[in-house]
Amino acid sequence: MSTFWLVISGTLTGAVGPGVSVLYAVYGELITERAGRINLGMEGCLLMGACFGFLATVETGSAGIGVLAGMAAGALASLIHAYLIIYRDTNQLATGLALTLFAGGVTAYVGRDYVDSIIDGLNPLAIPVLADIPVLGEALFRQDILAYMAYGLGPLIWFVLQYTRWGLSLRAVGENAAVAFAAGRNPALLQLTAIVLGGALAGLGGAQLSVGLTHTWSEAMTAGRGFIAVALVIFGLWSPLRGMLGALLFGGAVGLQLQLQALGAPVSPFLLDMLPYVLTLGVLAIWTGAADRAMPEGLKTILRAG
Amino acid sequence: MNPSPFNLSALALDASLFRRIGPVFLNEPPVRAALGVVLALVVFAVFLLASGHDPLKSLEKAWHGVLGSSLGLSEVGVTMIPLLLTALATAIPTRVGLVNVGGEGQLYVGALTATGVALFFPVGQIWLMLPVMALAGCAGGGLWAAIAALLRRWRGVNEVISTLLANYIAILLVDLFVFGPWKNPEGLGYPYTTPFDVAAIFPAIAGSRFHWGFLAPAIALVVTYVILSRTLWGFKMRAVGGNPDAARRRGIAVDRYVIAAMIAGGALAGLAGMVEVSGIHHDLRPGISDNLGYLGLLASWLAGHNPATIVAACFLIAVFLVAGDVLQLSVGLPSAAGLVLIGLALFFVLGLRRVERRAL
Repeated sequence: MSTFWLVISGTLTGAVGPGVSVLYAVYGELITERAGRINLGMEGCLLMGACFGFLATVETGSAGIGVLAGMAAGALASLIHAYLIIYRDTNQLATGLALTLFAGGVTAYVGRDYVDSIIDGLNPLAIPVLADIPVLGEALFRQDILAYMAYGLGPLIWFVLQYTRWGLSLRAVGENAAVAFAAGRNPALLQLTAIVLGGALAGLGGAQLSVGLTHTWSEAMTAGRGFIAVALVIFGLWSPLRGMLGALLFGGAVGLQLQLQALGAPVSPFLLDMLPYVLTLGVLAIWTGAADRAMPEGLKTILRAG
Repeated sequence: MNPSPFNLSALALDASLFRRIGPVFLNEPPVRAALGVVLALVVFAVFLLASGHDPLKSLEKAWHGVLGSSLGLSEVGVTMIPLLLTALATAIPTRVGLVNVGGEGQLYVGALTATGVALFFPVGQIWLMLPVMALAGCAGGGLWAAIAALLRRWRGVNEVISTLLANYIAILLVDLFVFGPWKNPEGLGYPYTTPFDVAAIFPAIAGSRFHWGFLAPAIALVVTYVILSRTLWGFKMRAVGGNPDAARRRGIAVDRYVIAAMIAGGALAGLAGMVEVSGIHHDLRPGISDNLGYLGLLASWLAGHNPATIVAACFLIAVFLVAGDVLQLSVGLPSAAGLVLIGLALFFVLGLRRVERRAL
């Protein structure tokens, strides 16, 4: 293969792995936002998932239990957010950021003794036949089990939101909570469920990052992936399928950066590290008219612009 | 005015719709703050107990180390200097209805531009050098915030998202310079710039780490307070924040106020970056701010974006941050303990309020 194809295939392979944790956070934030709420604590939920997922894996030796622990940690963290914004009527942005700081503190505190721990973790499972497809097979079908789950989850969430009674109620609350209430729905409960489910998904994503992708834990290892996810939900116009594309784009930027570094391209690694953030910002700037039309009504008080 | 008997039932209905639940004393901000901090300390004590530390001993050490010693108090002061500025960086844009989550990044860019002046344009004596550096810091932070303001104005990108993303870019921008062209050739490979000339450094006061950079937030607080509450600008900003459409119909140049407020906020966060490199580090290096931008935002939120109460909120947060460091040195706790305590206090103080009883 020529260098060009090596770069393409390497970028794709590099794109899917790092994209998975972001994708889970995108799903989580998407469900939250479709219910008309925003959770900037997503970064914190990811971090909790990464930390407690790793800790539980070290302590029990089982990656499965680790992943479940990560999910639980993410759900519990988002429960704080949900309770405060729904039942105590606090500001969503401030509460979410407070949660992210709190989670940063808790995980640095609890995870301090585990920084050098070694785990077996989740390992890539090659899917027979499919993994042998050139370029794509290597990228898509030699991943850990959580990556495969993530592929399936997008269409599933889309279906649930679009075609089930619960999904319809959730979207109705996100558009106009008062009307949904008048129609016999329980907005507070629906939003609480959405936020906690979102936190659990982010926790799962965090666990994928520490237990699956890197097999390590380090302080603040999520590096803003939770905030990227919030941006990618807008980029995906609140659709889980387009959100998958967004996560792939983010992962692609990470993958391309690794490839260029490996090739010794004469570009500063820091400049390349900026790529995912710059790219996300650039795409948002191009996209805006559509974003305005697609935004759930309930979010407009907090995410309006202009 | 006495309500007529015919309206009584309507009033009763209104009262039940808007009844606030919870004890009346929660209407008083100082009570909320005090109660919130006490509850946070209680939960923190449980947290310490669960992680195998003696909570009473730890809290006693923290109390003596922070508020009972001149070293601790000067550290609180040192921590408050940038916090006050990043808090104002949130408070000002909030007046026009914008949420600036970009204090962290604006701080980094301000530090970068101020360092540029210190290293490459040594304009002379300290009385000229420091103001020029401060202006450079303001310009850097202001420009960084202007990106978000203009993206919002022209492309309708929400500033919460754009400033959040810009934070990560700014931190990498500083890395780019200190690991690259600005790295001190005699620095043994450490990613620090050449140390600043003495004219570019805020002198320390009385042998402590507390330095003359405190003048920056002091001036900024007074000026912000006066502008926001004593001038026509401040009044118009409030009008823009309250109802932009009404303000526009009254002939206020809404866009101009929105962009100016965002840039002013960014400039103050940039000034915080300048004060940090000039007063504390005396060079530029990675990680000059440990969440100072986000903590400032939350301080502003705790204080209701009011410059007068922001001082109290920043004091509280600074005390907790220093307490974390004291606990690390004295009891061996991770210094992140301070952040845990801050998080708890924020949850309690934000959440302890009377809310309307509503169906939704």
